[in-house]
Parts: sequence; C-alpha cells; structure tokens
Amino acid sequence: MTVTVATNLADALAALRATPEARLLQGGTDTMVEINFNHYKPEHIVALRKVEELRSYSIQEDKSQIFIGSGVPYQTLENDPFLTLLPALAQASRTVGSPQIRAAGSLGGNLGTCSPAGDGLPVLSALDAIIHLRSVDDGRDVLIHDFMTGVKRNSRKPDEIITGVTVPILNGFQGYSKVGVRNAMVISVASACFVVDKAKTQVRLALGAVGPTIIRCRDTEQWLSEQVDVAASDFSNKIAKEFGRRAALEARPIDDHRSTAEYRRHAISVLAERLLLKANS
Amino acid sequence: MSAENLVYTLNVNGTNREVKDSWVGESLLYVLRERLDLPGSKGACEQGECGSCTVLLDGDAVCSCLVMAATAVDSSITTVEGLISDTVMGETARTVSDVQAAFVTEGAVQCGFCTPGLIVAVHHLLDKNPSPNDIEVKEAISGNICRCTGYGRIFAAVNAVIESRGKNQQ
Repeated sequence: MTVTVATNLADALAALRATPEARLLQGGTDTMVEINFNHYKPEHIVALRKVEELRSYSIQEDKSQIFIGSGVPYQTLENDPFLTLLPALAQASRTVGSPQIRAAGSLGGNLGTCSPAGDGLPVLSALDAIIHLRSVDDGRDVLIHDFMTGVKRNSRKPDEIITGVTVPILNGFQGYSKVGVRNAMVISVASACFVVDKAKTQVRLALGAVGPTIIRCRDTEQWLSEQVDVAASDFSNKIAKEFGRRAALEARPIDDHRSTAEYRRHAISVLAERLLLKANS
Repeated sequence: MSAENLVYTLNVNGTNREVKDSWVGESLLYVLRERLDLPGSKGACEQGECGSCTVLLDGDAVCSCLVMAATAVDSSITTVEGLISDTVMGETARTVSDVQAAFVTEGAVQCGFCTPGLIVAVHHLLDKNPSPNDIEVKEAISGNICRCTGYGRIFAAVNAVIESRGKNQQ
C-alpha cells in the first residue's frame, strides 16, 4: 500500500513508473465515490493535486491556441480568460456538479475517467483538442478522438500521466448545452457542443452521454456545410430542425439508470437544433 | 509513505494532527470524524452531492467525503469547528462565528444536518466576496442541499451577515 503525494511532475512520473498499477488521483471526485461505495479498493495511489506543472495554463502569444494543464480546476475554467476565448469550455465547466466539485474536478480527471457523460469531453472533441501525455522517458501528443476509446477507456498507457490539452482559439460561435434531471448538481443525460470555425468554414458538433464515448457528428457537420455558408452563421428554422434530426440519428444512446435511449435521442435533436439557432446573431 | 497501515499528519484548524493506523481509502470526512474527534462535518451522501461534509482545503470549499485523507498532507484544512473567531463584531471570546450566530438568530436551522456544510460554504463565499448579490449567494450554496428550510431563512441569515459585516467596515 503506497500513497505518493507528488509536488512536481518528475516525482509523479517516477512514482508511477515504480508502480504502474497505481491509480492516478486528480480531484478525487470519481475515485472517492468508487471507494466510498466499496466498488474499488485502492492499493497504490499517486496523487496529482499538488503537482504545480499540471495546474497552470498558457495562451500562445498570437492567441491561436491555449494549453490547459490537466489539473486546472473547473472553477478556473468557468471564468475569464476562458469565458471569452473558449466560451463552450466555460459553459461546460459551469455545469459540472457544484462549486465544491468544480474546485476539485479538472479536464485531466474527465479524460482519465473517460465517462461518456464527462462534461468537458464534448467540448474537447468539438475543438479537436490535442491531449499531451508524458512518461518518465517519453512524451506524446494524441488527438482527442484517438484518445477516447470506449466507455471509461482511453489510450493512456499505465506509466503515462495526462499533462494537459491544447485547444485552438476560434473565431465563430461556440456553445455547450446539456439535459439533466434538474438544473444544478447533475450528471448529463445528454449533452452537445457546437462550434463554428469561420476561418476554416467548418462546423463541429460533438455529443455526450449518448454513446460509449463522445460522438462527433461528421455526417451532420458535412451536410450542414453543404447547405449553407457556415461562416455567415445565418441558419433558418428549417435547417436547424433538420440539423437536430440528423444529429439524433448519429447518437447511439442506451437505456440506463439516468434515462432511456428514446429520450436521449429526442434530447439530442432539441439540443442540436437550439445550439444552431443560438449561433445566429 | 509506504506501509500496511498509514501514518501521516494533517494540518486541521491550524494544528498538526497525527493520523495512525489509517487505511489508504479513508476519506477526509471519515478521518476528521472518526479519528480526529471533529464530528462537525456531516456525512450523508458520500458522493459529493449534498455538501454536508464541506470543509476548506487550501482555501477551497470542497466535499471532504471526496478527498482521500492521506493525500491531504501538507495542506491547510479548516472544518466548521475551526471557524470560531476570537473577535466577532468587535466583541471578544465569542463561541460562535458571525455566520453561525446569524443562522441561529434567523432560524436558518431545522434538523441541522446540512448546517455545518452551509456555514463553511457561506464563510467561504463572504470571505471572497463581502457583498454578493442574491444569485451569487444561491450559486455559492448550490452544492449544499437542505431538505427542511426551503432556504428562505438561510438566505435571510446570509443577508444579515452581509449587512453586519458591511456596517463594521464603515
């Protein structure tokens, strides 16, 4: 039984190399629930909350992209500069749990757990985020779509730590919406992130909690860009309705304790339609 | 640290407290209540939804049920027991904080189970933002669930503290 409370990345990586079976603990909001309910018995823990390198972010000088350390808490991400530069991420961050959870939770935790209901993940998918991984003697960057491999599964190797993500700062609308059983303190039943990239004249739509992992609606994105000039962001009600219908077809929801597949599919059609109409203006 | 049973030191309410024979999976809530004789923080949902176990960890209000106690070493932990200040509203040797006093005066306590977590959350809010508006107050305690009061008297208590602290500033 070992507990390592690392204060720098090198120590955390060394501890993980020594015990690759260790559970990495960021904010603890997932792992501690598993432990409290007796679903998981920890043996080796490498705690990352005190690792300073993981708790900072940096905006590239030309304002083209932001690096966000994997331990930056949601309470930071819901405010400026993220609110201005990455509004979808700020919106998603604000819907995570309660102030107490947002003080502890982080994108690194969301990525590590890789639940399809993780609120940060549809945003990272819609932004084509790059995930940065480090081990003692190696480092690699993985596209978010290659990182998330299934329900609570990702391509992190046992001796790797997620150090952060890099996301582009885009010109164009972006928004995140979710449906839950109430307005606060809720895990997503269905969620969607819609992003317009005016420079590339692209739109991107990512869905959460309606499949084994986050779903990018590539067919729907393609369809929309063939219908209208997406850079102009002037979407009719009719286009929005069809956009929602097509997005729902790309969802792969299941029945579970939080909702039914039928309701989730319906929720996606409404969320996608609303997000597209919000992009007008 | 490495041992079958962990030994570590936590800084709670300004005092170093040794924790012995602890199991690695024990939450900070459990250690505070069962090992350090600080039963003020309450355990209810044990999954971060109710806020009754709220403590300050390095200045952040967090759910102590979701903090692995053994990883809270070298951190500053403040529980509801640690909020008692020596001087409150100019008077010395008070046994409760101004927030606690206001909860009593305004009748913001019914069954009382959520109260310690709410007191910590309200202290945290007002120390950061001395004059929050109604929405900011609601958001700050949105992670603290009370099933008795309907919140009206809790908001009244918070407003009473805002007012009295404001007057003391003048």
